[in-house]
Amino acid sequence: MPRLFPWLQTAPLLAVLLVFLLIPLAMLVIVSFYDYDSFSLIPDFVLTNYKEVFASSVTWRTYLKTLWFAGLTWLVTLGLGFWLAYFLAFVVQSPTWRMVLFVLTTVPFWTSNLIRMIAWVPFLGRNGILNNGLLAMGAINQPLEFLLFSDFAVILAFVHLYTLFMVVPVFNTMMRIDRRLLEAARDAGAGFWQALWCVILPLCKPGIGIGSIFVVVLVMGDFATVRLMSGGQSASVGLMISNQIGLMQYPAAAANAVVLLAMVLLLVSAMLRAIDIRKEL
Amino acid sequence: MSETKTSITRRGALALAGATLGSGAVSGFPTLWAQNIKDVTLRQIGTGVSGLNPIAEQVKKDLGFNLQLTVSDTDAVAQRAATQARSFDIADIEYFSIKKVYPTGAVQPIDTRKIKLIDKIVPIFTTGRLTPDSPMGQGTSPFSVGFVESATAKSFAGQRTELMTLLPTIYNADTLGIRPDLIGRPIRNWKDLIDPAFKGKASILNIPGIGIMDAAMVCESAGIARYGDKGNMTQAEIDKTINFLIEQKRAGQFRAFWKSFDESVNLMASGEVVIQSMWSPAVAAVRSRGIACTYQPLEEGYRAWGSGLGIMRHVSGLQLDAAYEYLNWYLSGWAGAFLNRQGYYSAVLETAKANMSENEWGYWMEGKPATADILSPEGKVMEKAGAVRDGGSFMERMGKVVCWNSVMDEDRYMVRRWNEFIAA
Repeated sequence: MPRLFPWLQTAPLLAVLLVFLLIPLAMLVIVSFYDYDSFSLIPDFVLTNYKEVFASSVTWRTYLKTLWFAGLTWLVTLGLGFWLAYFLAFVVQSPTWRMVLFVLTTVPFWTSNLIRMIAWVPFLGRNGILNNGLLAMGAINQPLEFLLFSDFAVILAFVHLYTLFMVVPVFNTMMRIDRRLLEAARDAGAGFWQALWCVILPLCKPGIGIGSIFVVVLVMGDFATVRLMSGGQSASVGLMISNQIGLMQYPAAAANAVVLLAMVLLLVSAMLRAIDIRKEL
Repeated sequence: MSETKTSITRRGALALAGATLGSGAVSGFPTLWAQNIKDVTLRQIGTGVSGLNPIAEQVKKDLGFNLQLTVSDTDAVAQRAATQARSFDIADIEYFSIKKVYPTGAVQPIDTRKIKLIDKIVPIFTTGRLTPDSPMGQGTSPFSVGFVESATAKSFAGQRTELMTLLPTIYNADTLGIRPDLIGRPIRNWKDLIDPAFKGKASILNIPGIGIMDAAMVCESAGIARYGDKGNMTQAEIDKTINFLIEQKRAGQFRAFWKSFDESVNLMASGEVVIQSMWSPAVAAVRSRGIACTYQPLEEGYRAWGSGLGIMRHVSGLQLDAAYEYLNWYLSGWAGAFLNRQGYYSAVLETAKANMSENEWGYWMEGKPATADILSPEGKVMEKAGAVRDGGSFMERMGKVVCWNSVMDEDRYMVRRWNEFIAA
């Protein structure tokens, strides 16, 4: 009996994971081999859905584009997030101010994702605030078209939406760094950059790892931001899947979802290999 | 009738008159006197085109039961009607969507013997032709998917029977919308959408079943392709059309692609786009902001669409009675007038006419100059006295329909290629 206890204790979690994660995932994989017409799913075992994913140059380009979005967003949010966290953790001295400023970074999250995205449209548009401002200042003669409905707009929205996901874990690890280590580094003759590179950065790795996983996974699965900010001009894998679901092509969507899932899992496991995030927990 | 409570008494009086005069049968009155009718709720899914709260409020007033509206975009409506049929009782969907949805068994056929005004419905829906000698129009016309032979049939009859798949409620002839103040030259043909002069200022809608038809109109007009049947293209024709679109996209012709009504209004009103696929009330919405916008009639004719109400398969008993009550009410005049005033067309014209003023009917339906200001259903001035509707009268507009929104035999291939165009 005592040998059964651990099993019983994990049973609820196991049941939840089984019903809400493993079974849906298994169904996803099964459906990805189904055939379909415009009316219904046809249970079958065909490879057409995967063939269509891999044979089309457009899907390849879409996957590359999604990776490119994820990579670029990751770089920018990492740069921004790291320095924001650094400022909060090391430059701001008063704990009260630190708290106030930290709460300020979460302000964008007080409205919904969609509203935050749509808010960019009147700002960046051809006749938007930014273009009108620049025209009035005489900085440009023609409105800048690339500001809205472009990859630039997509990345901008991603950075706006997801920088916080980088700031929080990095800030958290920075706050745990023993300040005496920094004193010791200074006593040992390290300058600002050397202390940053040899002390702070290595100790922040778990936070950076967690932030990176958040940002990359969110961007890889996104479809709304890409559609709204690119005006439908750009595509991501998520958008492709959402289009297919909208048109009732479930097996095709399932095949894409399986491929995307595999890709994201590979990316995350690569990150976990590079950084041991368990130090954080 | 409880309609006398509506804000404008003239209208209320007309509605009252209309309800009794509209047809031999007395329509609009609740014929269900069951005590528990107030507890009945019909859950309806539809697009923003006709999923409008005033309609639900009027249903409550006239019929006593609740109409609960869920609004989504065209593709999502079809998808949810097919896959979550039990979550809804009424599907307000387009005819080209029903071509996909009906064979899934989600919707039950409508017994036309229970529809009082069935013979008053515009013949486009019952014979396929507006007048006996007008052409059918290519694509998924409402008539081609409007009837079935039996309650269990999965395919369409292609002729009038006693069982309807959808009760027609609303339809229109679509064309391109333009900003006359920004476009700088007269627009006459569909091919003007791809004029390099409007590079980066054009848009096309991203709903494959509709967008492909607009694209086909453009290609045909520009002499890029000729189609055997635009509404049922071959793979080669699809390739030609999509490749051309991809070419245009890469050249930077399009500013954006829109999927919902509001997006199209914003694109136009903000001046991001000066020429694009558009829906009639979207044009009205841009104009009501004081911005010039024309629903430009084009030489090649219109692309039309229609939608109707379907009853979900699971609806039965008292709820089914209420559903029929609702369908009959929809044709009885109030709803028709309400929709006509927004630039759509109603399935039964005479009952709608009885609910509209002479000026409204003249402006919206007969192509006459408005004799007084034209007000929106919310009472906002839409057009000043003297204005004439773009494209003219009902007969001029619906008579020039050359194709309908479509689901093709090669639908799967078309959608895949369309996705490639959007991703390109």
